[in-house]
Amino acid sequence: MFELSDTVLTVLWTIVKIVVIVAPLMLGVAYLTYAERKIIGYMQVRIGPNRVGPKGWLQPIADALKLMFKEIILPTGANKILFVVAPILSIAPALAAWAVIPFDDELVLSNMDAGLLYVLALTSIGVYGVIIAGWASNSKYAFLGAMRSAAQVVSYEIAMGFALVGVLMAAGSLNLGDIVRAQEGNFLTWYWLPLLPLFVVYFLSGVAETNRAPFDVAEGESEIVAGFHVEYSGMTFAIFFLAEYANMILIAALSSILFLGGWLSPFQGIPVLDPMTAWVPGLFWLLMKMSIFLFLFLWFRATFPRYRYDQIMRLGWKVFLPVTIFWLFVEGVAIYAELGPWFSGVLGA
Amino acid sequence: MTSILFYLFSAVLLFAAFKVITAKSAVHAAIFLILAFFTTSALWLLLEAEFLAITLVLVYVGAVMVLFLFVVMMLDANMEPLREGFTRYFPAGALVAATIVVEMSVVLGGRYFSAENFPSPVPHGPDYSNTKELGEQLYTVHVFSFEVAAAILLIAIVAAIGLTFRRRPESRKQNIADQHRVNRSDRVRLLDIREGDET
Repeated sequence: MFELSDTVLTVLWTIVKIVVIVAPLMLGVAYLTYAERKIIGYMQVRIGPNRVGPKGWLQPIADALKLMFKEIILPTGANKILFVVAPILSIAPALAAWAVIPFDDELVLSNMDAGLLYVLALTSIGVYGVIIAGWASNSKYAFLGAMRSAAQVVSYEIAMGFALVGVLMAAGSLNLGDIVRAQEGNFLTWYWLPLLPLFVVYFLSGVAETNRAPFDVAEGESEIVAGFHVEYSGMTFAIFFLAEYANMILIAALSSILFLGGWLSPFQGIPVLDPMTAWVPGLFWLLMKMSIFLFLFLWFRATFPRYRYDQIMRLGWKVFLPVTIFWLFVEGVAIYAELGPWFSGVLGA
Repeated sequence: MTSILFYLFSAVLLFAAFKVITAKSAVHAAIFLILAFFTTSALWLLLEAEFLAITLVLVYVGAVMVLFLFVVMMLDANMEPLREGFTRYFPAGALVAATIVVEMSVVLGGRYFSAENFPSPVPHGPDYSNTKELGEQLYTVHVFSFEVAAAILLIAIVAAIGLTFRRRPESRKQNIADQHRVNRSDRVRLLDIREGDET
């Protein structure tokens, strides 16, 4: 009996931790949509939302309320079960991946050794939500969007996986916390510098994986209306929306952890600034780094026209993939030559 | 706790596997196959084989089944004609199934698979890393077979691409290098048009 209550306690404690991660994440998603509308607005010399609440700050709350109270329409001929399951399949991996993200030195829900692999596996199953939604909607536009998305995600996953191989070669570990600790030193020992091509490939593949502009052919509103979620309304649509933005934040967090030293301070190793900023928690630096990537997501959307489908395939297979494979060889040589300061201790560890 | 989870996952796995072969539509069968893979992965996690479990999800659920589902959805197969000969083929199918059941029970019921030979594994400590253990085994003890497997896979990749690679003269495609080399004088011709000129 005692053992059982121990298990119950662990489960309850884990649920509390999950809430502590997911609640700010949802708030982050809400205000990311606001940031998107504001930033793109200013980039296009508009003001953006400014009516609900002071300076429009309550706009995302109003949007959420509106979506919650809208009717969910089931299209005739749709597969009812799969139609409802699809949004759940799309948000579940986007949230589950956060279990292994380290926010600070000891601040992580599950400190598992195969963390990097886990994240890669979960980001790759997010595509089922899109495919099943497209098929279950019984609509040509939705189906076209689903097909485009499936091919695109599978293609970019390979380049993404190879970029991650580069990171684990350099860190000698699949544990995300250990990967950050391996980057310790100063901001030049972070992996963005020795793995620069992989860094660029990883982030751009991340943009493609999340179906964001300029890789958003799965939605492609000028050609296939809204792609896979054209038949969805109200809360079911909102969940797809949440999943997309949660995935954006996830890719931003992963890029920061893998290439920009996660929670490490950028002033580490600098004589005067480092002691002066030692009181700043690691979480703050991680959030700052994530904001850079999130801004890039929005900036891309405001700047680039949508890729054509065959151009997306060409970029993934004929540009990103060879670049990553080439850089893995370069990195292998660098590790063998113990090129400091990045690869000096890798071979022995 | 572990045994409760084990029976739960096993039940889901058996249900999913059963639905794979009985589902009316091919798409449903494929989705149940995904569920079966996922549940297997959960069972492997219970065995502390985290690396294998995650790799199963990554490779089979994340890549293979996506393409599989892709194809099945495109096919839009009509299953009715396949169902017609059910009674005719049932005796043969039942015979095969019965043979498999008998074979399996002979093998698994024999003394090599008895409970004494397979004591329940002792759980490892929190420092145990399945990933590291597996890597050490693969790259030291089994390095030769690992390399052979890698070479076979590489040949398979080349062969698969070779099979699909055929020249079709009627298909048009763009030469990206040519497109990049284009400059303004190739595409734009400025004409001085005066009033009264034709074209």
